[in-house]
Amino acid sequence: MYQFPLLTLLIWLPIIGGIVVLASGDRATDISKWTALGFAVFTFLISLGLWTGFDTTSAEMQFVERSAWIPTFNVEYFLGVDGISMPLIILTTFITIFVIIAGWEVITYRPSHYMAAFLVMEGIMIGVFSALDAILFYVFWEAMLIPMFLIIGVWGGPNRVYATIKFFLYTFFGSVFMLVALIYMYFQAGSFSILDFHTLQLGMTAQILIFIAFLLAFAVKVPMFPVHTWLPDAHVEAPTGGSVILAAIMLKIGGYGFLRFSLPIAPDASDSLDWLIITLSLIAIIYIGFVALVQQDLKKLIAYSSIAHMGFVTLGFFIIFTILRDPSATGGAVMGIEGGMVQMISHGFISGALFLCVGVLYDRVHSREIAVYGGVINTMPWFGAFVVFFAMANAGLPGTSGFVGEFMVILATFRADFWWALLAATTLILAAAFSLWMVKRVIFGEVKNEKVAALQDLNRREAFNLGVLATAVLILGIWPAPLIDVMHATVENLVAHVSLCKLPAAEAAQCILAVPTADLGLAGQP
Amino acid sequence: MPFDAANLITVLPEIAILITAAAVLILDLYLKDKDRDIIHTLTLIGLLVAIGLTGAVGGGERQVVFDGNVVRDAMSDLLRGAILIVSLFGFVYARPWLKDRGLFVGEFYVLGLFAVLGMLIMVSSNSFLTLYLGLELQALSLYALVAFDRDSNKGAEAAMKYFVLGALGSGMLLYGVSMIYGATGSVEFGPVAQAVAEQGMDNTVLVFGIVFLVVGIGFKFGAVPFHMWVPDIYEGAPTPVVLLLGSAPKIAAFALAVRMLVDGLAAIHADWQGMLVILAVLSMGLGNLVAIAQTNIKRMLAYSTISHVGFLLLGLLAGSAQGYAAAMFYAIVYAAMAAGAFGILLILSRRGFDAEQLDDLKGLNERDSWYAAMMALLMFSMAGVPPTVGFMAKLLVLEAVVRIDLVWLAVVAVIFSIIGAFYYLRVVKLIYFDKPVEGLPRLSTSGGVRFAMTLNGLSMLALGVFPAGLLGLCQNVFA
Repeated sequence: MYQFPLLTLLIWLPIIGGIVVLASGDRATDISKWTALGFAVFTFLISLGLWTGFDTTSAEMQFVERSAWIPTFNVEYFLGVDGISMPLIILTTFITIFVIIAGWEVITYRPSHYMAAFLVMEGIMIGVFSALDAILFYVFWEAMLIPMFLIIGVWGGPNRVYATIKFFLYTFFGSVFMLVALIYMYFQAGSFSILDFHTLQLGMTAQILIFIAFLLAFAVKVPMFPVHTWLPDAHVEAPTGGSVILAAIMLKIGGYGFLRFSLPIAPDASDSLDWLIITLSLIAIIYIGFVALVQQDLKKLIAYSSIAHMGFVTLGFFIIFTILRDPSATGGAVMGIEGGMVQMISHGFISGALFLCVGVLYDRVHSREIAVYGGVINTMPWFGAFVVFFAMANAGLPGTSGFVGEFMVILATFRADFWWALLAATTLILAAAFSLWMVKRVIFGEVKNEKVAALQDLNRREAFNLGVLATAVLILGIWPAPLIDVMHATVENLVAHVSLCKLPAAEAAQCILAVPTADLGLAGQP
Repeated sequence: MPFDAANLITVLPEIAILITAAAVLILDLYLKDKDRDIIHTLTLIGLLVAIGLTGAVGGGERQVVFDGNVVRDAMSDLLRGAILIVSLFGFVYARPWLKDRGLFVGEFYVLGLFAVLGMLIMVSSNSFLTLYLGLELQALSLYALVAFDRDSNKGAEAAMKYFVLGALGSGMLLYGVSMIYGATGSVEFGPVAQAVAEQGMDNTVLVFGIVFLVVGIGFKFGAVPFHMWVPDIYEGAPTPVVLLLGSAPKIAAFALAVRMLVDGLAAIHADWQGMLVILAVLSMGLGNLVAIAQTNIKRMLAYSTISHVGFLLLGLLAGSAQGYAAAMFYAIVYAAMAAGAFGILLILSRRGFDAEQLDDLKGLNERDSWYAAMMALLMFSMAGVPPTVGFMAKLLVLEAVVRIDLVWLAVVAVIFSIIGAFYYLRVVKLIYFDKPVEGLPRLSTSGGVRFAMTLNGLSMLALGVFPAGLLGLCQNVFA
């Protein structure tokens, strides 16, 4: 059956666009900027085809493309999306447009290279979300580091070299162990197809080692508590666009990895180690929330707030095992994962918007210190309104998208354990505290100094960026049903899959959740 | 009488190189300085002809000729081609540097061609003695080339070290060969393999012979703990010579190891595997760690070579067809990467100035963004970051190691490759994030150099995205 290779087009169109923009050079910057924007918008429009053509009733991979890549090692060019990856791809194409627009006037050093780097980055990230072959996934996953390394290093702040090398090495460190795990599974499964990995029977020791290898890779990316220290540095030094992409999409790739790899491949290890992830998530939510409170730097504050919010995502993903132990509460498990997913998408919008807001201030005053500002709303009323709105959304105000995900995760956590839920719910206070205190110090009050007095309100480009993102946050907050519908079938299937014991018969005594079953085909993956 | 057409046809590429070398030697006597470009052109033509002949006589059944001393098989076809191509790039990169220093003389080309000839003989050998002959031809030419810049004290010192340590390595190897001859009664790989399979490792003389062989191989590869010569030679020798001795000879050293250990001694694989594990782990560890501390980029690349050799040995020690193919892929890819990296150093050098310090790469992006991009690709490839071919090479080697259930070795290898990533990243950092020193002249290079460097750099990307072709060739050798 012939099918239009939509995913291939989505991956390679921005990459080709990047090369075109690079070749157009900086002699006529307007042309290269418009070309870049054209490619970004066009890619976004094409990606909407994924949404309209998506069958929400099916948990199977859709838009599948499969052909040989390295035949002797069974490595394939194998693409496909399900309800988990499809929304993330659209988020990627959507956010990239604003990144391009945000860099329009601000970037003066080689703007065409800047735009090109983001377009290439976009293609690679779409590749990460749609790859169903482990090596293809790994190639995209690592290739992502190169443009980001250059973006932070070339266009970043004063301490950019330290930040970018730290970023690169941290992520590289995490992921190479994943590579060894993938190769190991290749010999168990006989192919590199991720779907084959899903149905693989693995002993407990192997599962635990694989789980740890994946955890190293994804925990760095998310980032989770002890390995999060690269993120504030990278965020502070990155140019605005780099921060937006980092927060809005790259962090989601870590969360996506848990859903695509850790949970379905090593469910029994995930089950026996869920306490670890839950503990780390709660530490991220509470401790990092307090850390965010004391930040003096706007970008650092948002970076730490990102870590705290991503703690919710991992909490939602791993709370399901406690819920599943009580057979009557399976619905709660689905809610936990869906809550985590909604939180990821929503955080993509909100954190992206907040970094754009910081960019707006930074471009005018060239400082990110909170203490430098005060009374901005007097000179920039429109901007002030946007910041207040996004800060509220960040704090999880009902009616905004930030509320939906957090609420679902907290609800699911309640089914598991009251005390965990209580701890998780402290975020409602902490996030409100650090967001609104920041607003109070930066936006409200008397005009602090001449610099603030001389501020100009948003120009059309900035207003467009923030306006569209605010609309998205509102829509998702008031009417999240379409998003949840899209992922529902996939998540249900995932939960059903995870609740099966994958241990071989000899170790069946260790199965915690369900009777061991040899019939793992129930997952229904092609 | 072995000198009939059937025998000679198989070694046509070697003959072509020999004729070119002889022609250059004679022609050089009669040329004026301004006409010396003819020699360069002639060398390139000779190499191209040899590449063509390799393709023409290649393919088909394995042929053993010259009374069992020379073989032409899938491996010699592929490796001869790779050595010739990499050397061709080396000669192209070297010319401007030689001209700027008044060293553009025939001897460079004669010695270089003889070194290539030696490598080709190593690749096509079917007995320990032919192999040794090729090895010495290559090594002696390279010793002389290291001291090629007569006025350079560092060069003379490096040549001396290289000669003494190289001779020691060769001596070890020859000693090992003589013991194996004593134990098995033959120097041809076929009969040796047969004899070894029959008597196993019971024979003490054979055991000693193998230890000496592995030591000799370690010397030629520059694997720890036989690596002492590598950094000093890389630092002291003229950069074009480092290019010649740091790239294609790795392929030849790979052939040396495969011919001896696989063709001759595959039956006792378990016994040399343990020795190679030690060499590999030490090489990866020491190479990567010490490279971080270097400020001289030639020294840094020397330690990087050592670490790459460690990776390559991982493929060899796996002892499976996949492992050998992976190691072969690695050797070819590494030679191309090394040629490119030293090529960039040659491009950065100019009259009276050699790019030798890491800081000399500062702000390359501002000076010439195309060369900067090529160097970045080469560095990412050396670090093993996808989508470059360096990643594929590492992936294949790791796969071979995991296949024989040495997962711990794969973990050790990836840990060291993270450490290694740091110093390659530092080069990228210097190129892209630092500002160039004021007042440097523009990089002036001929179109030929630019074309070659473009091919070299983009091949990192192309082979990384489409590795199946080269990999298929490598696997075909050991199928």
